Amino acid sequence: MTSAAASMANGPASGFDESRRTAPHVTIRGLSKRYTDAVIYDNFDFDIPRGKLISVFGPNGCGKSTLINMIAGLVPADAGEVLFDGRPLSRVKFGYVFQNYREALFPWLPAFDNIAYPLKLMGVPKAERRLRVERLVAHLGVKIDLALYPYHLSGGQQQLVSIMRALIVEPEILFLDEPFSALDYEMTLFMREQLQRVCMETKTTTVLVSHDLEEAVYLSDYVLLLSRHPAQVVEFVPYDAPRPRSDKTMTEPSFVATKAHCLKLFQHEVRRG
Amino acid sequence: MTGRKQIARALLPLVGVAMLLAVWTLVNGLKLVDPVLLPSPAATFKTLWEGMTSGKLGVDFVKTVVRTISSTAIAAVIAIPLGILLGSSEKLYRSVEFLIDFFRSTPASAMFPLFLVLFGVGDRTKISVAAFGASLVILFNVAYGVMNARKTRLLAAKVMGASRMRVLFDVMLLESLPQTFVGLRNGVSLALVIIVVAEMFIGSTDGLGQRVFEAQQLFDMPGMYAAIFAAGALGYALNLLFLLIERRFVHWAGR
Repeated sequence: MTSAAASMANGPASGFDESRRTAPHVTIRGLSKRYTDAVIYDNFDFDIPRGKLISVFGPNGCGKSTLINMIAGLVPADAGEVLFDGRPLSRVKFGYVFQNYREALFPWLPAFDNIAYPLKLMGVPKAERRLRVERLVAHLGVKIDLALYPYHLSGGQQQLVSIMRALIVEPEILFLDEPFSALDYEMTLFMREQLQRVCMETKTTTVLVSHDLEEAVYLSDYVLLLSRHPAQVVEFVPYDAPRPRSDKTMTEPSFVATKAHCLKLFQHEVRRG
Repeated sequence: MTGRKQIARALLPLVGVAMLLAVWTLVNGLKLVDPVLLPSPAATFKTLWEGMTSGKLGVDFVKTVVRTISSTAIAAVIAIPLGILLGSSEKLYRSVEFLIDFFRSTPASAMFPLFLVLFGVGDRTKISVAAFGASLVILFNVAYGVMNARKTRLLAAKVMGASRMRVLFDVMLLESLPQTFVGLRNGVSLALVIIVVAEMFIGSTDGLGQRVFEAQQLFDMPGMYAAIFAAGALGYALNLLFLLIERRFVHWAGR
């Protein structure tokens, strides 16, 4: 962040308490995207709140992944604007975690070098790269032998390495595209805890695409429910159970009620199509 | 798996060899085929051993090895950079695809007369024809290796802020390595075939091809079989050598 942008973002009062900032982090205006057979987004507006974990949930093919891919610049939008505190994507450090960790990691590099690779791209010297990876490992309490190549790690460990690779640049926003859907259930539960921990520790704005409503509600501060395409916001459902959440959280009335509410809206959307 | 089972498994490939030798010995012992045409295994392997250790066969073997390796090396030096260049732009590859496929399908032996005119009678002709054949095989494989680089991996590098050059060198190049080795193995096999044929028919005085041909002309059957086995062993060893290099350098292939 340049100093000009920093002062603009922080407003006139310097030394402003970051945690009390309420202005949206990402503003999406007039986003449009058309594939040959369908209009996925037509003049879509949305604000992503700062420092929160939001899940994107909606019917199949409504463009959940397309949304974060457009925000993260993987897929070009036909029209519209996405700004991060008023800045374009090119001026923003962000992390992206793919669903397919097997194809997203570099199999020719040990896990450690995979995590350090974004720093290498930024021109960070080797000694500092090592230091920063070690710091992140300690911070997250990760117990993986990072000298191993990705193909010697389990699926969950590989995805954890992917997440660390996304976090190593200390991103201001983190995107995850169905990060746990290729993992078995045991690993999924473990990884949810890891992700929750990351969010609590780093307070990074996080956008998670999920196809699992229970997971979406459990992890999120807000669930963004999308309609069938062209996608519109059906509702932006808040869920403010205290963290750290646990298995017990899922039996509480507020969780059950929030999930039931989302499910009702979702089924209404599905039937509509 | 128990130790004994493991040993039994490791010995399995030898069963076929033992069967061939048994049938060969039987046919020879019962004189089902004229012994002049089919000498005994013992006589053949004795000739092979003597030829390789002290006779001319060893010299010819080395000559063929040098020619095959040189032509493969020349082919690799030309075809790998060119393959990366062509593969990195699908449009570019599609525009020359027909030419590559056409000449890849042309029997390299049909090019002998042309190369004879260009390079005269000698090693240069043999090596350049073999290099020509091998380079097209390598080129084709390298280009496809680059073109078929996993899209997710390229996107991952791009999303982390890698420039086009970084993506090319850090990702595409390494992504194409497994396919490059497939090309190198096919290339060296083809080069050996072309070299041996060239040694037989285009005015050679040495090499395994010339050895087989001369033994046949002189009706030296044990010598001919010995030279054929030497050529077979060479082909097998070259393939094995490239497989071992591949396992060492492309440890992630197929995982």
